[in-house]
Amino acid sequence: MTFHYDVLGDEFTHAGVASSKVKKILKQLGVPAEIVRKVAIAMYEAEINMVIHANGGVIDGDINEDRIYIVLKDEGPGIEDIKLAMKAGYSTATARAREMGFGAGMGLPNMKRHSDDLKITSEVGKGTVVEIIVFLS
Amino acid sequence: MVKQHSVYLDKDRCTGCTDCIKRCPTEAIRVRNKKAVIIDERCIDCGMCIKVCKNMAKKAKADDVSIINQYKVKIAIPAPSLYTQFKGIHNVNKILMALKDIGFDEVIEVAKGAELVTEKTKEYIKNNSRKQPIISSACPAVVKVVQSRFPTLIPNILPLLSPKEITGRMTRTHFLDKGYKDEDIGVFFISPCAAKITNSRYPTLIEKSEVDGVISIKDIYKSMVKAIKKNDHHYEHLRLSSNRGMFWAAPGGEVSASKTINYVAVDGIENVIRILEMIEDNELNNVEYVECLACTGGCLGGPLTVENPFVSRCRMDKLSRYHKNHPETRDIHFVLESLDYAWEKPLKPKEVLRLDEDISEAIKKMEELERIYQELPKINCGSCGSPTCKALAEDIVLKNANIEDCIFMLRKEVGQLAERMVELAEKLPRSIKE
Repeated sequence: MTFHYDVLGDEFTHAGVASSKVKKILKQLGVPAEIVRKVAIAMYEAEINMVIHANGGVIDGDINEDRIYIVLKDEGPGIEDIKLAMKAGYSTATARAREMGFGAGMGLPNMKRHSDDLKITSEVGKGTVVEIIVFLS
Repeated sequence: MVKQHSVYLDKDRCTGCTDCIKRCPTEAIRVRNKKAVIIDERCIDCGMCIKVCKNMAKKAKADDVSIINQYKVKIAIPAPSLYTQFKGIHNVNKILMALKDIGFDEVIEVAKGAELVTEKTKEYIKNNSRKQPIISSACPAVVKVVQSRFPTLIPNILPLLSPKEITGRMTRTHFLDKGYKDEDIGVFFISPCAAKITNSRYPTLIEKSEVDGVISIKDIYKSMVKAIKKNDHHYEHLRLSSNRGMFWAAPGGEVSASKTINYVAVDGIENVIRILEMIEDNELNNVEYVECLACTGGCLGGPLTVENPFVSRCRMDKLSRYHKNHPETRDIHFVLESLDYAWEKPLKPKEVLRLDEDISEAIKKMEELERIYQELPKINCGSCGSPTCKALAEDIVLKNANIEDCIFMLRKEVGQLAERMVELAEKLPRSIKE
């Protein structure tokens, strides 16, 4: 089955709504709790990043018996050095986002830790695509 | 399976309105045949439906006060929320005395048990090497919501028994020590809440509760008011606990008693669910302890209390000021060394959301659910008897409802049928057609 969500930029109060919906779907499918939590954390981080850095974007997903596949696409500023961005503590979050407790630089490493396969492609000035795969069994 | 709940419906009073289905935090209620129906495995006994029902059709099955007569020694263990129910009474002893006047032989405050649990909690926090944050286990409705909706957070729950249960154990041991026979000792919890009734009757974490019966605050309120009036000047010093234990009834009371610094204190079940979502998303890792109370205003806002929770809160401050100036408490030597605070059984997840045992079937059903949902008007009116359009789609997929239960879908179908009828009426057989 597939799903699609639009994420609005700078809507901090609504950040995390999509991952919360996916979480509910996975629980209804009977996916083991620990796996649901992995998906929730990885997707939540990616969703938040989209809100903070990229002025929103779209999320598409596909679930089958073996795995969940999530693509998060944005047309934000892009990531200059993905390797550097993956380092714990590195952040380019704005002062406003930091004030709200975001931007600790743990997003990408956290995403990596909680997904079985993580692919990030990005072009400066064009946007970023995050692909997350978590196996269901 | 036996219905392990204390919340029930008084059918005669239920008008089949949609107030309760729309406010139930776990979507555990439907309206069927003009009456509310509780889906047992989803109900967490939070009592929200009791609070919102204007017809007083939702009730909690508490024990009748007469139950105490079955025992030789009748001991009341009142929740501290009882203290705030009476206007103008700032001396807890007068309230505890009223319990004696209405038939109890002894009164042991649950606030005392709360103080003991506080000490154990402090030790646990200090030595904890498990997942952070630790989630309080004091509110049984919260524990149930974790079991059914947040099973990954089960390891976060503080594995200690509640103040009610500890008070029960402490009380029983004390009277056994005095030479009473076990079957002669009757321990009765005076409760603000439905979940604690259930939790005493069908304990999930221990073999058997030490509480023999649960009497609701609102059921004994009237006789207590009378007793307090009658005895205003004659009372014993029955208070055992300090203000610290008493404040467990209010939001933030538990964490302030244990002097936890890095904490979040949440009250109101919707807020609790939001915080649990955050913990599940790894967003509260830096917090040490989370106090969660299902009712707004904590136990002071319990569905079986009488007074408004905000008024109650103000009274609790007055009570605390009074007792700061009159700190004398009773000294009972309880045997505490052997008191066990640990759970006897593990807390198990309850999968109540699952659409199908088989994951590929579940995926098919989920696709069907989404397809049906797209057809529905998405205005969540509740007239179909399900709380939201999404819930109706789910009920249809699980074969507990039909799409025609939606009044808009029904109207659409009737309209189409009417059009078809007009069409047919216009068609005449060729034999008579001009």
